[in-house]
Amino acid sequence: MLELTETWYLVLASLVFTIGAVGLMVRRNPLVQFMCVELMLNAVNLSFVAFARSLDDVRGQAIVFFVLVVAAAEVVVGLGIIVAIMRRRQGADADDISLMRG
Amino acid sequence: MDLIWLVPALPLLGFLTLLVAGPRMGDPKSGWFATGAVAASFAVAVALFVDLQSMPEYERQVTQTLYTWMPSGSFEVSIGFLLDPLSSIMILFITGIGALIHLYSIGYMKGDPKFSKFFLYLNLFLASMLLLVLGDNLLLTFLGWEGVGVCSYLLISFWHTEPANATAGKKAFVTNRIGDAGFMLGTFLVFVTFGSINYADLRPAATGIAAVTATAIALLFFVGAIGKSAQIPLFTWLPDAMAGPTPVSALIHAATMVTAGVYLITRLNPIMAQAGWANDVIAWTGAVTALVAATIAVAQTDIKKVLAYSTVSQLGYMFMAVGTQTYVAGVFHMITHAFFKALLFLGAGAVIYSMAHEQDMRRYGNLRKYLPVTFVTFFVGWLAIAGVPPLSGFWSKDEILAGVFNYGAAGPALWVVGVLVAILTAFYMTRQLIMVFFGTEQWRGVAPVPAGAVLGASGAGAGDTAPEQEAESPTVQLGEGSDEPTAHDDHTGHGDHHLMPSHEPKEAPWTMLAPLVVLAGMAAIAGLMNLPFSDQFKRLEHWLYPMIVFENPLPEGPTLVGLAAVAIAAAVVGIWFAFFVYVKRRLDPARIELPILAEGWKIDSTYAAVVGGPGEATFQGVADADARIVDGAVNAVGRGSLGLGTLLRKLQTGLVRTYALGVAIGTVALLAFIVTRMNL
Amino acid sequence: MFGLPTQDEPIPFDELPLDDPLLFDEPAGVVIPDIEWSAIAPNLILMLGGILLLTVVSLVRGRTPSWFSAVWTISTAVFAGVTLVPLWQRVQDDGAESVMAGAIGLDGFSLFVTGVMCLSVVLGALLLEGYLRREGLAGPEWYVLLLLSASGGVTMASANDLIVMFIGLEILSVAVYVMAAMHSKRVSSQEAGLKYFVLGAFSSAFLLYGIAMVYGATGTTNLVGIQQFLSETVLTQNGLLLAGFAFMLVGFGFKVGAVPFHNWTPDVYQGAPSPVVAYMASGVKVAGFAGMIRVFVVTFGPTYGADWRPMVYALAMLSLVVGSFGAIVQTDVKRMLAYSSISHGGFILVAVAANSEAGTAAALFYLLVYTFMIAGSFGIVTIMGRTGDGLHALSDYRGLSKARPGLALLFTVFLLAQAGVPFTGGFLAKFYVINSSVSQGQYVLALIAMSAAVVAAFLYLRIVVAMYFDGNTYRGESATLAGPKVRIPAAAGVALGIAVVGTLWLGILPGQMTSVAGDAVAQLVAIGP
Repeated sequence: MLELTETWYLVLASLVFTIGAVGLMVRRNPLVQFMCVELMLNAVNLSFVAFARSLDDVRGQAIVFFVLVVAAAEVVVGLGIIVAIMRRRQGADADDISLMRG
Repeated sequence: MDLIWLVPALPLLGFLTLLVAGPRMGDPKSGWFATGAVAASFAVAVALFVDLQSMPEYERQVTQTLYTWMPSGSFEVSIGFLLDPLSSIMILFITGIGALIHLYSIGYMKGDPKFSKFFLYLNLFLASMLLLVLGDNLLLTFLGWEGVGVCSYLLISFWHTEPANATAGKKAFVTNRIGDAGFMLGTFLVFVTFGSINYADLRPAATGIAAVTATAIALLFFVGAIGKSAQIPLFTWLPDAMAGPTPVSALIHAATMVTAGVYLITRLNPIMAQAGWANDVIAWTGAVTALVAATIAVAQTDIKKVLAYSTVSQLGYMFMAVGTQTYVAGVFHMITHAFFKALLFLGAGAVIYSMAHEQDMRRYGNLRKYLPVTFVTFFVGWLAIAGVPPLSGFWSKDEILAGVFNYGAAGPALWVVGVLVAILTAFYMTRQLIMVFFGTEQWRGVAPVPAGAVLGASGAGAGDTAPEQEAESPTVQLGEGSDEPTAHDDHTGHGDHHLMPSHEPKEAPWTMLAPLVVLAGMAAIAGLMNLPFSDQFKRLEHWLYPMIVFENPLPEGPTLVGLAAVAIAAAVVGIWFAFFVYVKRRLDPARIELPILAEGWKIDSTYAAVVGGPGEATFQGVADADARIVDGAVNAVGRGSLGLGTLLRKLQTGLVRTYALGVAIGTVALLAFIVTRMNL
Repeated sequence: MFGLPTQDEPIPFDELPLDDPLLFDEPAGVVIPDIEWSAIAPNLILMLGGILLLTVVSLVRGRTPSWFSAVWTISTAVFAGVTLVPLWQRVQDDGAESVMAGAIGLDGFSLFVTGVMCLSVVLGALLLEGYLRREGLAGPEWYVLLLLSASGGVTMASANDLIVMFIGLEILSVAVYVMAAMHSKRVSSQEAGLKYFVLGAFSSAFLLYGIAMVYGATGTTNLVGIQQFLSETVLTQNGLLLAGFAFMLVGFGFKVGAVPFHNWTPDVYQGAPSPVVAYMASGVKVAGFAGMIRVFVVTFGPTYGADWRPMVYALAMLSLVVGSFGAIVQTDVKRMLAYSSISHGGFILVAVAANSEAGTAAALFYLLVYTFMIAGSFGIVTIMGRTGDGLHALSDYRGLSKARPGLALLFTVFLLAQAGVPFTGGFLAKFYVINSSVSQGQYVLALIAMSAAVVAAFLYLRIVVAMYFDGNTYRGESATLAGPKVRIPAAAGVALGIAVVGTLWLGILPGQMTSVAGDAVAQLVAIGP
């Protein structure tokens, strides 16, 4: 039987984090990009929990709730901005939103 | 002694007053006010000088601290002034000549729409310059250093309706910034080494520092001095700076600001004494500059350009002196040069004024008939700079040559260069005198020059025009192509000169002539300060002695007499040769005025080609004004920066994804670094 | 099977060992810590001010006059600033302490930064007032967000716990994301908001991951706790901690616009409403640096300085170079100023890399000066953008000296200050930074900083040249300012006045503020026991 230590969780978290980060770079839909950010935050949450477990310290788990609240706040704002843009430019993907450059 | 602060404060007060009330005071009241402020400052300087003289020799060092500017732990900088033999003599001639040039400007700038603004800048300049020499620490000197740079920039660009002037102003600004970096770094190194940047603390501590440190400090400050005092390789801005009004050239680019580098090296002589080969670098840079600039001056046709290159050359002389640690001679020459070069510039200004702002010497001639006062004073200045005894220039130049000769193994070689420069100096100044005041009246019957013939503001951008063609085109600035007459009278915007064949030159007003007469007197007798005959005549040497740590002794007896004889011979040879060429016409001048000399050894155009300095060539092709400024600014740093900027621009795609990639790459780089520091 | 190895089977809820000392620090449930409200008064005032404003304007029937929100905001910020005085006195007398159960540090550093944040709010609100009227935008939300964001910034600067700092940063950022996108009539504003938001959230995740790693390595998120832990323990495996450094540095680096995490800056500065940029460039950066200094210099500095300094060193170097050179090729004044702010960030990073008290004091002084001059510069940009906030090309500034000599002169002062000309605050700010860097032996970095300053001087010169030495004048044409007439709203005029007085005051008589900055650094929570 495979014994799952905290390290496994940490590795999983880092993988999820990387997937989120790479996803943000390769996907063009702003919504999906945004979901990738959420993925990253949740990967961090997983790490917090795993650390809390290995340190035997409840604070790490409490932190997760703060992060969830922050993520929720970001969702509200992010969706607001995305909707505002989409209303003006229907069907635009993230690469179209590049008026300013150089 | 409590009045030291008044010396810079009075011009500053003048500046502030003119800033508020200048336009209302108008022309000429604001000019008189500004002159008064400087004259008052001069009076205070005289009082301070007398006061200082009455003190015992080794107590002549008074510090006045106004307030602590930057208290930061161990590092404290005060706004404080240091009055000692060196600074007292500096403020004397700065305020003295400054007052005369202010007076002169009242006449010269008459009718200029920005009359009061001109005096506002002049007063600010003098305040900065006085801060530079009076500051009791390096940072304060640096402030003055920056201040004079900015004023110089503003005054060169004063008639910035002409692009050449704005360009020249920018060039001066940019070049000086390079020097400023050296100054800044030197200051930090001094602070790190000494734990203080007050001059008073440097002297006792200087003997204890390592030679390497001293050399590094010396070289850094020398970089600063090179920029400010127009030495090779940063000298190209000074001839360009002639685009400014002539009084500015006289005050800033001959008498005061450009000598700041010499002042700085002299001020830091306790460090220089430990600096070893850095002194040789200074001496040789000075020597090469002196020679190169003198050769260029030979072939210039613009009356001011000749004087500009002459100034560069004479500054090289001064650096030769301070580099060979002959500080007294360096300061001596700085003072005499201030007198005779200011005189020559103002004389040139008077000529230009009388000749409808034509600056090409080939269109002058026989002016002694029309401008007797200007001629006589210019003649005195000519004698002085050519090194004819007993005028001031002879004594100071002779002393430099003697000191240089006595400087170790390299001495004689440097001395030979010095003598060569002396011959050249006498030659090109005689040439100028002849072309301007003797011969035939060249402006009669010569058709106005074709428009659009454009030469570089440095006299160097001429490119490949043949000498003969070139002789027909004016060496004056751009703006030649300007069709519309400028809004103001022809005193400003000297690009639009209308020198008609029927022109009858008239002597300038008394406000312009009076300074000429005074300066001529000073240029004649200033040698009295330091005569080599016996100890009691060496007043300047005794005066400066307490603040100089190590002075290269002058040779004695027959050697000194022999060297003086050679110096006189050099002057005679130069003058004679000029007669030979320009009066007797035994030799075609074109064989001496080589195009490559007229183009300043192509140094400026080479810079323009290599680093793309803001030379005219770059500018002409670019019609769009903004692009020109961009190029000017960018090219000065080098094309590389533009390339880098463009590259950065390409990286800035505007895509969120690329930016995220940038963040990710940065993270990976940081993590890669982390891996090297991990212990697992 | 699947499960955590230390625990064989799940425990039913009613059997949870609530009194297990391992689960909770205190034996009998949660103990509410003593909360000393007065210690966080400035922060509370800012936050409550924002919330109250929102409440008041939504309760009042009809629209509140446009000046009301501005006056409210400014009074709130000034009030918050006033409460700093007794707190400052207390800290100077009794020393620094941590309050709110160790989550908030009450020290000179946090109070200084709070003061700068209040200043930045005042300047931002003054600029917003005329701007919103000119652009015909609805008022109160902007001010509410401004106050809330400032409260987040203050939280961030005074946080003594990494999670509190994270929350502060998020409050700060989320409000600014919205503000950046809030000019509903400009597409570029929304684009700026979206870019800032996506990348900001992205970098926040990095910061948070870094926090998690530091937590995992040290067992606490409390900064004093971390410092104590690190000074008492020698880690046999420091990889986790160091990786935490790297990730946190990414997060902070993004907020302060350090290269290579700077990419958003030019785009967002260009697109976001100009007064918001004035606040972003000053307030947000100040808070970001405050957080960075508190984490890196104060907490990790004494023990792990050697490990993070090279990273900050590299960021500083890159920021200086990219900021200076990137600006040269720009033709949009807002983008130019954005790059110049990157370069300024590089300067402050030089001070951070010094990892010394002098460096921190230099950074604080720089931030104060920077707030004045950058808010002033963007204040001019706000005015010059004119209706539509779109006229930001360099050519739009041509001939300003003729049309509005006063405005041109003020801008010149701000630009010269940014270039570091003596007798402006910018000179001394740069001077202190370089001084602190040199005294830590960072000669190369000091040299680069100085060279970058020289290069950046061209950029400022370019704008000045556009305003004064217009290219057309020499042809005899008079240089006239293109576009609609420039109007200076009274409030914006006041803001510019404050900014210019501050810039010059700190250049001519800096003694007071430098000693205040020095005192601020001398009283830091995590330094010493």
